[in-house]
Amino acid sequence: MATKTKKLTPLTGDQAVAEAMRQIEPDVVAAYPITPQTEIVMTFSQFVADGKVRTEMIPVESEHSAMSACVGSQAAGARTMTATSANGLALMWEIVYIAASTRLPIVMPVVNRALSGPINIHCDHSDTMGARDSGWIQIYSENAQQAYENTILAMRIAEHKDILLPVMVCQDGFITSHAVEGIELFDDDIVKKYIGEYKPVMPTLLDVDNPVTYGPLDLQDYYFEHKRQQAEAMKNAISLIPDIMAEFNKTFNRKHDLIEEYKMLDAEVAILVLSSTAGTTKAVVDDLRNKGHKVGLIRPEVFRPFPKQRIIEAASKAKVVAVLDRSDSFSSQGGPLFDEVKSAMYDADKKPILVDYIFGLGGRDISMEEIEGVYKELLDISKTGNIKNQINHLGVRE
Amino acid sequence: MLEVRWHGRGGQGAKTAAQFLAEAALELGKQIQSFPEYGPERAGAPIRTYTRIDDKPITIHCSVKEPEVVVVIDPTLLNTVDVTEGLKEDGILLVNSAEEPKVIREKLKFNKGKVATVDATKISLETLGIPMPNTPMLGALEKVKPLVSIDKLIDKIKAKFLKKIGEEKTNANIEGIKRAYEETKIG
Repeated sequence: MATKTKKLTPLTGDQAVAEAMRQIEPDVVAAYPITPQTEIVMTFSQFVADGKVRTEMIPVESEHSAMSACVGSQAAGARTMTATSANGLALMWEIVYIAASTRLPIVMPVVNRALSGPINIHCDHSDTMGARDSGWIQIYSENAQQAYENTILAMRIAEHKDILLPVMVCQDGFITSHAVEGIELFDDDIVKKYIGEYKPVMPTLLDVDNPVTYGPLDLQDYYFEHKRQQAEAMKNAISLIPDIMAEFNKTFNRKHDLIEEYKMLDAEVAILVLSSTAGTTKAVVDDLRNKGHKVGLIRPEVFRPFPKQRIIEAASKAKVVAVLDRSDSFSSQGGPLFDEVKSAMYDADKKPILVDYIFGLGGRDISMEEIEGVYKELLDISKTGNIKNQINHLGVRE
Repeated sequence: MLEVRWHGRGGQGAKTAAQFLAEAALELGKQIQSFPEYGPERAGAPIRTYTRIDDKPITIHCSVKEPEVVVVIDPTLLNTVDVTEGLKEDGILLVNSAEEPKVIREKLKFNKGKVATVDATKISLETLGIPMPNTPMLGALEKVKPLVSIDKLIDKIKAKFLKKIGEEKTNANIEGIKRAYEETKIG
């Protein structure tokens, strides 16, 4: 295969994403720093100050203003990015929905962090899970390398003429955003060629030959039709993302997919989990496989749109599947990922037993022993059919 | 996989040292991770940072519970932090201290593995003129657990510091690493 050794650069997940933004070189970045996203904005601002990019950097006074500036700028025909975390995402909420319904392909790295309160700066997915119905595409990255790659990939997904939706590129706060790993950065030229020049599909605010209005009042007469089109765009996304990923994989020699299946072929039981915990789980799968247990892992990379068919195909292979949720939806019936998986599996011909484990809230560490414990419980359920609790809390004092 | 835990106080360069070691290993073709444990951050507060080094890709993202090596950059932490927590049976404890290793063993009631000491604060004061013991500790670590070689550390110090702090201070850092390597006591 590869003959020359890949050069790896020591970078944190945040720095890696800032490098992707440097290579993409958007026309405009409007951002407000918030832990643990800060280093993205800090590093990218340095690139602007050093003249490494020609991006117009707008240091706004809040996230509400950040997303507002992004909407204006993208509607004016400028390729636009921002980045945020947790309460920053919460503060831009109103405009997050407007960005999606105005069909503006803004790409926003989100460094996942627990939403207050109580106030906490560490990782969980309560911030982006809350935004799952906002109309944004959501991609979750296992490590810093993936966060870097997904930021580049997201540009092509967002800007595809039959999608035109904003994308959140998520990674785990501190766990990957602040850990240094060896990152393979692609050549600037290849990334620039892959991204291409931004050519807005629709007429823009600055297109004086084709005057248009963005965001006008839209009442009973047409609001519904516009929402229907938005739903159609998300449907398009689920069928187009695999092709866009295939092209990315070919260009950069990678293996991105809607979901990743790890040792699922003959798996009797499986864990389904997003982001960095999937990496820790892989090591546990390897250990347990060495001891003769048929265990596997499913890692959805794309959560919005929800890759229903792929989840059904993967989860149906196992007898018991545990969903690990790094947030709670306080519905009293499990976390948001569990909800979605369970809902998808209603249409499956072969339905595995599903259980949920809420874990890692507020950055609580999840150990390999705890993950192994989940697999042991799953193997036990597989043998006896007895489920102690459908909804469990992992690693919490009770 | 080798896991190192560093104990220091905010501002002493424990994060820099952990990352420096990781970067040196990366340049030698190893897979690495380096990350701090973020709590309420303030200068002088006890902090822990980590380095993971392996020949294979590192996929885990959980915290380090049972390190093979513990490096204590600030000796006053011995009174307040359980620095040997989780340290493996055959592990290595390296402390910045003027004391003999056996004194540290008695103080911590630690009879396992290897204990090493080096007066990195004194070395740093005599070479750099400021108490910045983190770079000498890298030299001491190389003595007690050869991971990247002294030459590699020196190359990396030059590459990283020469432009930033000039030749005089860079050489002082290199001198600190060499002296710490020579003066480390193992017991």
